Amino acid sequence: MSSMRLINRHPGRFSAIALGLIPFVILILIYGMASHERLAENPNDKLLPGLEQMTAAVERMAFQEDKRSGNYLMWEDTVASLERLGMGIGIAALMALVVGILNGTLPLFRANMAPLVSAASMVPPLAILPILFIVFGLGELSKVMLIVIGTAPVMMRDVAQRVRELPQEQFIKIQTLGANSWQVINRMVLPQILPRLIDTMRLSLGPAWLFLIAAEAIASTEGLGYRIFLVRRYLAMDVILPYVIWITILAIIIDQCLRLTNRKLFPWYNAGGH
Amino acid sequence: MSFITIKNLWKEYGKQVVLENLNLEIEQGEFCTLVGASGCGKSTFLKMLLGQEQPSRGTLNLEDEPFPPQPDRNRGIVFQRYSVFPHLSVRDNVLMGLELEQRPILGKLFGKPRREALVKVDAMLEAVGLTGAANKWPHELSGGMQQRLAIAQSFLMKPRVLLLDEPFGALDPGIRNDMHQLLLRLWKETDTTIFMVTHDLHEGFRLGTRLLVFDKVRHDPHDPQAFGATITYDLPIGKTDDGLLEDIQTNLSKTARIQAA
Repeated sequence: MSSMRLINRHPGRFSAIALGLIPFVILILIYGMASHERLAENPNDKLLPGLEQMTAAVERMAFQEDKRSGNYLMWEDTVASLERLGMGIGIAALMALVVGILNGTLPLFRANMAPLVSAASMVPPLAILPILFIVFGLGELSKVMLIVIGTAPVMMRDVAQRVRELPQEQFIKIQTLGANSWQVINRMVLPQILPRLIDTMRLSLGPAWLFLIAAEAIASTEGLGYRIFLVRRYLAMDVILPYVIWITILAIIIDQCLRLTNRKLFPWYNAGGH
Repeated sequence: MSFITIKNLWKEYGKQVVLENLNLEIEQGEFCTLVGASGCGKSTFLKMLLGQEQPSRGTLNLEDEPFPPQPDRNRGIVFQRYSVFPHLSVRDNVLMGLELEQRPILGKLFGKPRREALVKVDAMLEAVGLTGAANKWPHELSGGMQQRLAIAQSFLMKPRVLLLDEPFGALDPGIRNDMHQLLLRLWKETDTTIFMVTHDLHEGFRLGTRLLVFDKVRHDPHDPQAFGATITYDLPIGKTDDGLLEDIQTNLSKTARIQAA
C-alpha cells in the first residue's frame, strides 16, 4: 500500500469519536491521580478535591436549601446569571442588527457612524466597568450594560461587514424590480442578515460570559461568577470546579440552541444557499 | 427621435479610457448583442445603460431624456450569477417585484392581492418552464434553471429595456440553446428592447436583430490604457456571411492578445 499523506488521512466515524474523547479522558485521569495522591497525604486537602467532595458540594449547593436564605443557591445563581446574560446579549444583538444594517446599507449613515462604532469597539470594556458602577449603580443595570458595551460594537461591525458581503448583483437586481431604500433593507438585507446575526451571537457568547462573570465578581449578591469569587476565600475548590463545569455546559447548550434555531428558521442559509 | 440615443459617449476612469466616442441610435424592440474581447467596455456600457455607472462625456438618452443615474424598474437586469434571492422560494422570487410595486412600506402582499399576483407569477413560471420547481429554493436549482428564474423575475415587471450580462456564460451548450429559444420567445411576445453581452461571437451572430462589436482600433504599446474601445461593427443579424464572422473573430483575438501582453 502506498503511504497516504497525513493531509489525506481521515478518521472513520468511531475513531473520530475516540480521538475526540482521548484528551478529555487523559485530563480527567491526570486530575484524578493528582487528587488521589494529595488526599492520601492529607484527607482535608482543599486544592484538588476528589469526586466525592465535589458531589457533596453540588448536593449541598443545588439540592439543599441554604440555611440562611432558604434558597437553592446553585439554581438561584444560574437563573440570575442567565437573566443578565440573555438581556445583555439580546440588547446587544438588537443594537447590532439596527446599526449594522444601516451601516452596511446606507453610505451616508456609514460615513457618519462607522468611525464611532470602530472606536467604541476598541475601548476595553473592563476599563469602563468602574464608570458603569458609578453611573448605573451596583444593580442589575450596570452588569447588563457591561455585556452590551462589551459585545455590541464588535457585533455591529460584523453585521455591517456581512451586509457588505452580500452580492452587489442583488442590490442592483432588487432596484431594477422597483425597490426603494427601505424595501431593499426590509425585503433583502434583513432576511439575509438574520441567520448571520445568530452566527455572530454565537461568537459573542464567549466575551459575554467573560464580562458577566467579571461584573458579578465585583458587585453582586448572587450569580455564578459571584459564587465562585465568594467561595474562593475559603479555597472551596469543591464548589468552584463544579461551577466552572456547569458554566461550560450552559455555554455549550446555549451555543447549540442557537445553532439549531438557525438551521430550523433559515433552511436556505444552512444548505449553502448564500 | 430614436428610443435610445447615444452621441459622442466617453467613459474614463482617471487616465484609463474605457470607451471612446460611441454613437448609436436604437429603436424600441431591438435585440442587440454586444461582443468584444475582455476589457473592451461591453460591461461598462451595460452598466451605464443600467444606471450603475455614469458617462464621463456625451449623451445617453432614453426617449430624449438622460438615463436616470441609478437602477430603476424601467431597466431589468440578468447577471451571470447572483441575480436571484437565495432566501426566497422560486415563486416568491418572481412575486417580489409585484409586492414591491404594490406595497411601498411593507413590500409584502397578503390575502386576496397576493392570490391575484400569484396568478401572474404562476403564468410566468409556466412560460419559463419552472412550474414544477415553484416551491424550491434557488440553491436547489441547476444553473440553467436559476437563469430562467432571473429572466422570469425581470420579464414579469415589463421593463422597457432588458440588460443581460453574459447570462448564459456559465451554462452547458445544450442548455444554452434552450435558453436562446426561451429568450427569443419572451422578447417577441413583449417587444422589450434587449441588450445582451456575450463572449460567444456565434451566439451574437444568431440571436437578436443587431450585433455590436466592441474593439480597440488604436493601440499604444507603451500605454495600453491610453485608448478606449469603440463600436467597430454595427451589423444587422441574418444578413451577414461567415467570412465576416471570421474577420471579426480575427480582430478580436488580436486585441485580446495585445490586452493580455
